[in-house]
Amino acid sequence: MTKKTSSPNLSRRDFSKIVMAFLGSIMGAIVGIPIIGYIISPALKTQTVDEWVSLGALDGYPIGTPKLFSFTRTKVNGWERTTNSFGVFVLRKSGGELKVLSNVCTHLSCRVKWSDEDSAYLCPCHDAQFAIDGEVIYGPPPHPMYEYEFKVEEGNILIHLTEG
Amino acid sequence: MSGNTAEKIFAWLEERLGLEAIYATVLDRKVPKVNWWFTLGSASLFLAVMQGLTGVFLTMYYVPSPDKAYDSIQYIMNGVAFGWLIRGIHHWGASLMVIVVFIHMLRTFFYGAYKYPREITWLTGVFLLLFTLGMGFTGYLLPWNQRAFWATTVGTEIVGTVPFIGDFLLKALRGGTDISAVTLARFFSAHIWILPAGVVLMISVHMYLIIRLGISNIPSDEE
Repeated sequence: MTKKTSSPNLSRRDFSKIVMAFLGSIMGAIVGIPIIGYIISPALKTQTVDEWVSLGALDGYPIGTPKLFSFTRTKVNGWERTTNSFGVFVLRKSGGELKVLSNVCTHLSCRVKWSDEDSAYLCPCHDAQFAIDGEVIYGPPPHPMYEYEFKVEEGNILIHLTEG
Repeated sequence: MSGNTAEKIFAWLEERLGLEAIYATVLDRKVPKVNWWFTLGSASLFLAVMQGLTGVFLTMYYVPSPDKAYDSIQYIMNGVAFGWLIRGIHHWGASLMVIVVFIHMLRTFFYGAYKYPREITWLTGVFLLLFTLGMGFTGYLLPWNQRAFWATTVGTEIVGTVPFIGDFLLKALRGGTDISAVTLARFFSAHIWILPAGVVLMISVHMYLIIRLGISNIPSDEE
């Protein structure tokens, strides 16, 4: 059906094909390139948490007994908002030494609470006990309680919250 | 690398796939001298493909659930690169497609192109028009905003006015008495699976018949 012309000039048919291919490529690129961006864009967003959370005035914490401070942080993933609650024990020792411990048990992440009676942190799940500075006294936890990096600025305690 | 290598690869494929025969059958068809109204079928096909492509990519982020549908679209519009463009094409393409398909139908009607031997082409076209409207109707609910909700309320109530079985049809459409999570899920299912399956099937038959029978001439005064 396609008759090859002996003319040295481009045939009308070939010209149409070239124009079609050219316009088609442009249209493909206009749609194709945004689609690539659309697919990979969530991967390009940084989702790391790196902030200093204030726990209030240092003077508000008693010396010798751990005191719990709780706060929440909300994380947004696309259309979903997840609110996580954090609990930390602030321990002021008499020598001026300070320790900030996570209240999450290192065994299976239950929340431990401080007991004045036992002078230990007790985990309700498997009866684990941690000493006042976080060492494991009894039970299954594989590690001492996690410590937060902290600093004291203008009389306020701040802890370093990092993730990801 | 030279044209020679490319030619060899093409020759290898050609021998096995018969590409040139497909090309000749599909594109190198004899057509009568016609006017621009005859491009509307191709325009409809192009729009259908665009709706399919953008729709596929929208499902990557869209969630058909009452508590997340609206938020997920907000995310597409503001949180994802070019999300506004993909959704914009899908949104405006939908309206444009209804218009183009309808004018395509008018052209076929006024040129008498539905007559022997093209009755089945016309019949599949009727289904394609209905499916296009169905896609518009089911897609309209998916943003789950006030307009979507009330438009679907009214639209399904119209179905409810059918004598005798209207009440049943309304409930079947909504998946219950109210517009609910069930309605959203079934409209979504119809929008992305059931109706597109019908569209693809009908387009296949439609295209096969156009290739088989060719397109009709513009009728002259004597006819």
